[in-house]
Amino acid sequence: MSESTRLSVFKTYKLYVGGKFPRSESGRVYEVTTATSAAGAGGKGKWLANAPLSSRKDARDAVVAARKAFGGWSGATAYNRGQILYRVAEMLEGRRGQFVREVGEAEGLSKSKAGAVVDAAIDRWVWYAGWTDKIGQVVGGANPVAGPYFNLSTPEPTGVVTVLAPQESSFLGLVSVIAPVIATGNTVVVVASERAPLPALSLGEVLATSDLPGGVVNVLSGRTAEISAPLAAHQDVNAIDLTGADAQLAKELEVAAADNLKRVLRPRAEDWTAEPGTDRLTSFLETKTVWHPTGSLGASGSAY
Amino acid sequence: MTMDKHSLFEYAPAPESRSVVDIAPSYGLFIDGEFTDAADGKVFKTVSPSSEEVLSEVAQAGSEDVDRAVKAARKAFEKWSALPGSERAKYLFRIARIIQERSRELAVLETLDNGKPIKETRDADLPLVAAHFFYYAGWADKLGHAGYGPDPRPLGVAGQVIPWNFPLLMLAWKIAPALATGNTVVLKPAETTPLSALFFADICRQAGLPKGVVNIVPGYGDAGAALVAHPDVNKVAFTGSTAVGKAIAREVAGTDKKLTLELGGKGANIVFDDAPIDQAVEGIVGGIFFNQGQVCCAGSRLLVQESIQDELLDSLKRRLSTLRLGDPLDKNTDIGAINSAEQLARITALAETGEAEGAERWTAPCELPSSGYWFAPTLFTNVTQAHTIARDEIFGPVLSVLTFRTPDEAVAKANNSQYGLSAGIWTEKGSRILAVANKLRAGVVWANTFNKFDPTSPFGGYKESGFGREGGRHGLEAYLDV
Repeated sequence: MSESTRLSVFKTYKLYVGGKFPRSESGRVYEVTTATSAAGAGGKGKWLANAPLSSRKDARDAVVAARKAFGGWSGATAYNRGQILYRVAEMLEGRRGQFVREVGEAEGLSKSKAGAVVDAAIDRWVWYAGWTDKIGQVVGGANPVAGPYFNLSTPEPTGVVTVLAPQESSFLGLVSVIAPVIATGNTVVVVASERAPLPALSLGEVLATSDLPGGVVNVLSGRTAEISAPLAAHQDVNAIDLTGADAQLAKELEVAAADNLKRVLRPRAEDWTAEPGTDRLTSFLETKTVWHPTGSLGASGSAY
Repeated sequence: MTMDKHSLFEYAPAPESRSVVDIAPSYGLFIDGEFTDAADGKVFKTVSPSSEEVLSEVAQAGSEDVDRAVKAARKAFEKWSALPGSERAKYLFRIARIIQERSRELAVLETLDNGKPIKETRDADLPLVAAHFFYYAGWADKLGHAGYGPDPRPLGVAGQVIPWNFPLLMLAWKIAPALATGNTVVLKPAETTPLSALFFADICRQAGLPKGVVNIVPGYGDAGAALVAHPDVNKVAFTGSTAVGKAIAREVAGTDKKLTLELGGKGANIVFDDAPIDQAVEGIVGGIFFNQGQVCCAGSRLLVQESIQDELLDSLKRRLSTLRLGDPLDKNTDIGAINSAEQLARITALAETGEAEGAERWTAPCELPSSGYWFAPTLFTNVTQAHTIARDEIFGPVLSVLTFRTPDEAVAKANNSQYGLSAGIWTEKGSRILAVANKLRAGVVWANTFNKFDPTSPFGGYKESGFGREGGRHGLEAYLDV
């Protein structure tokens, strides 16, 4: 049997929640097609797959998984988190061909352009892997208070963060919004690009084999507006990144997020190919300041 | 042993002189460098909470006045933000120095308008106010070194709404970093404590601050809401209740306004069985009765290890029985007046809820003055986590006592709150301090101390206690376009 006549094996794309790969509890799927600008195609390209159409119950389950993972992940050493993020880059490098194909189909890119996108995404994991044990020194430190106190400020992760991944940049943009959030010890529920969710769902398979504890990253696909509404209103979500929301949706979600004072990162113009600054790291960090008396070694001054 | 505190602690009255402060019968809004009436001519009275004496009549800003103030701030922004940082710094240094010079006057004024003891305004509020301006003055020409890029830019006009519990200190926390970074401000002080902000306007005049850089619009919630909603405000900073903070967060949703919120708290003060009892008692007292407990970071939940509960509570009650409640201007006064009749009613209602839900009430034996707003130091035992007084911020001199057996239980109970502003840890064991501090979801953790503040030290909350930090290098971020 010649290679050209062999029927290929399709992949069933599934969600990635709590380290497992469930279908949507709703049993719903939606059609994902290649990107096309061809006239007459009505914006619809070739059929690629049926992706899970997540429900609000899927969103809630993902939050439960993310909360469960938070203690362990935020308590892991920064060195350990860096090693795991680096491991993600290693695993991606090995599956580069698959992602070049998926990103090319998702974004309508040539093989060489899609290759450049995937390379940049891999390098971004490496970049953030190096940040895990440096951000604490860059944004924290001792405060020279006017009194006999040891006074130290340290950054800590905010908690469970909902991320609406960018709609257009289905992979480099996705990695650019997930990696900084988990680098500092947060856990994530990410809503993939609505039109092009497949690279995100495949990333789940990479994360599952990168020593990343289950639940640290949870990937949902479906209608951004439908999934994000319950996440923005969820009382056990601590922050929301609105990058993938349009202006109207972003406003609605920001209003809902005020109910438990989630930290909100508003959408803005982004160049995903540029080197990121630290603001996506610091957007989901809290500063804790600890005081302790220093005492003194003798009332009239020590000889030391 | 029974204590007769009157025989042991009979103090002669030692009032600070009121003559150092000259309060005018009326004050205007401070807009564009001038004191002016409100557009609709409205005024309100500000009273001394310890005597209910009317101190002055103050112009009440409405939305038209807020608009005028924002326009003045916008107009001033261009030149102010273009000044070399070194020049802005010198204005702020001038302000810091004038505050130091006038600190006795301002302390007496604050005590009169707020009701807090003179020993607090004199020894805590005013020194911290001056220090805050001095600290941020030094940043104005060093912003490129603060870690926000080589040339971080200001946001524009900052709308700032502050509470009544530390009127001048909250003003300093808001205005000093805003001006250092090149913003101009419109500040609304609380309606019960407008005077020190208006005196500050006079300090701006003495310092030669360009007109429009600082605008003060005393008024009620409607003026604050108009300021927050104003389309030409670029930055909103609010300190106050969590409920209002949420309303503000909804209001600015979908805009480009940068928001920082410093809101309520229900701080857990955790005392382990190896803590030095006497020091812990002093820390507990300072934690909840400083400023009559009207402090967002108050240690209002005492979590005491079960094995030392009786000993600790005996010491605590003995200490509370010696606190001196009365004339806030008296230099020996520990507990001053509650800021307003409204706040007194809120504290009273929550304390009654505590009793109704089954907690056991103990009140320090002290006489309350016949006029003014007063609430005796009170503690509740047999409090569970489900009780209202263990969950809601009382913002008054009321301590809820809970117990725990293990460090894990202490951490779980401390974190069982919508809030996450402050916490305290009392133990002699260093590793336990660090382990517990690490697990507490709170922005400020005081170990073997409590209620310490410093301009270099970032302050602010986790969870529903708000977001953003005030103080330190961190405090610059709230006013920079980064």
